[in-house]
Amino acid sequence: MKEKNGVIGKSVKRVDAFEKVTGRAKYTDDLCDRNAYVAKVLHSTIAHGYVKSIDTAEAEKIPGVVRIVTCFDVPKNYFPTAGHPWSTEPAHQDVADRLLLTDHVRYYGDDVAAVVAENEVAAAQAVRALKVEYEELPFVLDVHKAMEDGAPQLHEKYPNNILAHTSIRNGDYENAIKEPGLKKVEGWYQTPTVQHCHIENPVCYAYMEQGRVVVVSSTQIPHICRRVVGQALGIPWGQVRIIKPYIGGGFGNKQDVLYEPLCAYLSTVVGGRTVKLEIPREETFSSTRVRHAIHFHIVSYVREDGTYAARKFESFSDQGAYASHGHSIAAKGMGCFPQLYPCPNIEADTYTVFTNKAASGAMRGYGIPQAMFAMESHTDDVARALGVSPYEFRMKNVMPKGFTDGFSKNVNYYDTFRECMEKGRKEFGYDKRLEKYAHQTGEIRRGVGMAVFWYNTGVWPISLETSACRMVLNQDGSIQVQVGETEIGQGADTAFAQMAADTVGIPFEMVHVVSTQDTDITPFGTGAYASRQTYMAGFSIRQTGELLKAKIIETACELTRQMKENLDVVDGNIVRTTDGDILMSLGELATEKLYSLTNNGHLTAESSYQIKNNAYSFGCTFVEVEVDIPGCRAQVTDILNVHDCGQLINPALAEAQVHGGMSMGIGYALSEKLLYDERTGRPLNNNLLDYKLSTFMDHPDLQASFIENYEPTSAYGTKALGEPPTCSPAPAIRNAILQATGVALNEIPMRPHLLFDEFKKAELI
Amino acid sequence: MEEKKNPVMKHAVMTDPGSGKQYKLVRCRINGVERETMVDVRASLTDMLRNDYSLSSVKKGCEVGECGACNVIIDGECYNSCIYLAVWADGKDIRTLEGLMGPNGELSDIQQAFIDEAAVQCGFCTPGVIMSAVEILESGKEYTRDELRKLLSGHLCRCTGYENILNAVEKTMKKRLSEKEAAAGQTAE
Amino acid sequence: MYDMKALYEAESVQDAVRLLEEHPEAQIIAGGSDVLVQMREGKRAGVELVSIYGLDELRGVKLEEDGTLRIGSLTSFSHITKDPLIQKYINVLGEAVDMVGGPQIRNIGTIGGNTCNGVTSADSASTLHAWDAVIELTGPQGVRLTPIKDFYIKAGKVDLRPAEIQTGILIRKESYEGYAGHYIKYAMRNAMDIATLGCSVNVKLSADKKVFEDVRIAYGVAGPVPMRAVHAEEAGRGLEVTDGNIEKIGDTVLEDVTPRDSWRASKAFREHISKVLCKRALREAVLRAGGAV
Repeated sequence: MKEKNGVIGKSVKRVDAFEKVTGRAKYTDDLCDRNAYVAKVLHSTIAHGYVKSIDTAEAEKIPGVVRIVTCFDVPKNYFPTAGHPWSTEPAHQDVADRLLLTDHVRYYGDDVAAVVAENEVAAAQAVRALKVEYEELPFVLDVHKAMEDGAPQLHEKYPNNILAHTSIRNGDYENAIKEPGLKKVEGWYQTPTVQHCHIENPVCYAYMEQGRVVVVSSTQIPHICRRVVGQALGIPWGQVRIIKPYIGGGFGNKQDVLYEPLCAYLSTVVGGRTVKLEIPREETFSSTRVRHAIHFHIVSYVREDGTYAARKFESFSDQGAYASHGHSIAAKGMGCFPQLYPCPNIEADTYTVFTNKAASGAMRGYGIPQAMFAMESHTDDVARALGVSPYEFRMKNVMPKGFTDGFSKNVNYYDTFRECMEKGRKEFGYDKRLEKYAHQTGEIRRGVGMAVFWYNTGVWPISLETSACRMVLNQDGSIQVQVGETEIGQGADTAFAQMAADTVGIPFEMVHVVSTQDTDITPFGTGAYASRQTYMAGFSIRQTGELLKAKIIETACELTRQMKENLDVVDGNIVRTTDGDILMSLGELATEKLYSLTNNGHLTAESSYQIKNNAYSFGCTFVEVEVDIPGCRAQVTDILNVHDCGQLINPALAEAQVHGGMSMGIGYALSEKLLYDERTGRPLNNNLLDYKLSTFMDHPDLQASFIENYEPTSAYGTKALGEPPTCSPAPAIRNAILQATGVALNEIPMRPHLLFDEFKKAELI
Repeated sequence: MEEKKNPVMKHAVMTDPGSGKQYKLVRCRINGVERETMVDVRASLTDMLRNDYSLSSVKKGCEVGECGACNVIIDGECYNSCIYLAVWADGKDIRTLEGLMGPNGELSDIQQAFIDEAAVQCGFCTPGVIMSAVEILESGKEYTRDELRKLLSGHLCRCTGYENILNAVEKTMKKRLSEKEAAAGQTAE
Repeated sequence: MYDMKALYEAESVQDAVRLLEEHPEAQIIAGGSDVLVQMREGKRAGVELVSIYGLDELRGVKLEEDGTLRIGSLTSFSHITKDPLIQKYINVLGEAVDMVGGPQIRNIGTIGGNTCNGVTSADSASTLHAWDAVIELTGPQGVRLTPIKDFYIKAGKVDLRPAEIQTGILIRKESYEGYAGHYIKYAMRNAMDIATLGCSVNVKLSADKKVFEDVRIAYGVAGPVPMRAVHAEEAGRGLEVTDGNIEKIGDTVLEDVTPRDSWRASKAFREHISKVLCKRALREAVLRAGGAV
């Protein structure tokens, strides 16, 4: 829907900006009663084993302690935690392997007991005073070792700790590699465990009201959270109400149901009194979710003319201790392998494997940042082996216009990759830099690199895609808009308001998006994930907006005696299209309709839309690095991302989102890694000082550029942008370091430790 | 700014003989208003500002001084209030984001710049960062972009890549300096 | 809310000493950026605290009559950096403490706290070693002075006797006059980080700027406590200022440094960086001293 004079495509200010720059935006803890009970969780101090006993005697004596609950007290309702839509088919349901508290400890930091106290000091003292007796079992931190026969087993149902193994077989790989004259390029690529580091930690509070349990939580997925709390407590889902206020970032960690079930349960055992459970930063790292570390193996057989004959892909994804989002991540990463550089003969396998570490879940990019690091590092390796420009090699092989994926039915409607690459090349001055840095010597060297990324929008056809919207007309002609899709910082509410304004035909300022989701009153929607919201919510906003507009026009017919075909709503007025006359304002109409003594009514519209589409969303990164060889350090000196996410709803907010994703991508490339002690399985750097996410001083200005190919399947021409910016910086940086030094680093983060080892091997130092 | 001698009477810690708990009357100026309350000596300044004065712009992100979400201005300098004892605030002048708005609800230039430059996303780091920006801007000095990066580096943000925050601070700094220059020019005439 | 047993606020240095005598188990808290963090971790939970944060008499930098620079122990990092006396005489200290954490930490963190916690990675400590700083301690028996190298006993332990507090850090005129220096902090990030290795050097060149009359090289994280590279210094004294000699001095530091393997960095890596930093810091120090390489 291309709006001529609409607000779509304009950089209007965020609808929540005023609240956020004045400190008035209320986040979960800001809303909680200051006299609420405080809960704290006791986490295991072993990586694998059984809790034999928990001595609570000392803890119970601490003044202010209200209730201690151990793993032996909680109901044995196994529940899944992934923020996936539910499936009514048991085979498609997420793995239910969690309990509120567990006596079978599977990682260092597992939840074994909880304390409810009158204040945080008493709660902390009581947690320290609990004495746990463990029966220790051997543990395993490495995916390959975990797959070996005889390795410690985490879950009974999964031999060799393999949660899942899936494959793709296209053509005949074994036969194709026999073609004479092929060059074989092979590489192993390793990505690290990293954490989301939203600045607001997971926090929730729960209380009971009218016999039901209410949880206010910093979650991306209120409606999913409701279902999981119901499952965990073994109560009907309607007995649970989830309220999601403003949240301080999520990035996928809060697309998992984290501690809401435990918090809800703790409220139920203290008579429904309010219980707050704030997860401290250290525990956010150790005991919520992390990004899957994945080890990749890629083999390419390539002809002298630069075309692929056959390709093989294997990946081993570190699931950590519990299934959470499970195999979806590795599978998504593998899924794009045959698509990105189409090749007739493909053999691909991916394994998701349990280890005794924090559970891996969703994190911005959902398997694609990992896959792109491997695939796009490999692309440069292949180009180098052939002696051709990495740019030209990509231009030759990357997915062509018209490519259709048989499974998702996604169509590459434009030659997006090449358009993005071409734009990036020009804007970045790629050719000039490539030449300038071609033959460097000395201690400090520069290099330029690039990488592309593949992405798609939402989860159809793997999972349900649905969105519902409600619009309510006020007396002044303004509307409230409600959707189940959540504002988590990305600017969704603003984009939704822009869509609603244009569809209904009213000024942007007259759209009031209800930012808070409350499962009792918000239409059903599954939440913020899979970069789905502007695309998916767009359908129900468009449909509901049209419904409301039809009702408005119908009322306008009654009130103005004009035929509906000659009426339109433009800029908040009822306009006769034949002569452009403004017949009445929407406010006049709404007031008359609401208070009419003859034919009154409240104009509202509500509808849900089932989406049976997905959309490709592609782009690339160009980057320049400076490498201090003796100092063993690489720094980004210039970086550009180019995206085709279709029609930009709000260019300024889109650009801002790209910046954030790029920053996360740079940290992924150069500094971030959650480390575990090999001897104990204990996380070593689970705080914001020792875990190195980028600060203000760690990267240069970030440039974002766009190609706006209108997405034909979309309600507003738009498609995924939330996650894509994180996907290609890491391989681009790796390829730039390769150009600068000739050293191919096959592991991230490319921090000084790695550079020291690799530069030594290369005899650069 | 030089540390100045505390101008007001210092209050002593009082111990409740029954519970053994200690309290202190903390009298300070908060956002321009003289306030006083009895504070549990164990409280951090974050605790006091959030719990006793409902100044919920003061956010908790790490509680160990690593993220900057709880940053406030004390006697003209920025501090992470999470690792600042509430009792130390006795006699101090404290400013939080809530204090920036004018009496008729007008936003300060830096708040407006955060809106205009799309420097706000989830908004959780925003109050702390804006308070650092206030200290920077009130110095009246001109800084390079790299200097601004350093001056703001006590704040972690995961949404913005810092880009638009820098733009907002830099533009406001330049605007204030040019306004100052214009005013000086007028005086000279 | 911190888990503390009791808080005693000192009103003067003498009062602090008295409070510490009365409460021998109490922990001194200056700016609190270490002590409060440790309390929250549970390491020091339930302790009594003697707060000296309010002792303004321990803030500020002064030039004493004999030319000694006196830095009050509660002077914050940011105030050291901004101080005109520091900038004039030992600017490298101001630069070094300007690399601690971030701006808010530099406003609360004190140089006394940074040295009394006995941590090898403290950004101030290596530079204070390079300037031959003297630590002033005040206790029940009055004031005593100790060279900084003797103040550090072992990791996390300094020579702070019962009921003593550190009241000042002194840099003698002969320690700074004629010297120029440079500090390099090697960390994984450019802000909000602790040093993987820190190297602070200062040099005194001959009148013609051709010869190293004196070389002082100090490290943080090259051993359990901040240290001087005495062999390298010895090797450097009297050498001509040449690139080759700087390489030679830098390579000699391996006789001095004793870093360990940890998850933060390997011994081999720290040894390598020790050399790189020493050479780079020496080159910069020579330039600052008016020499050329």
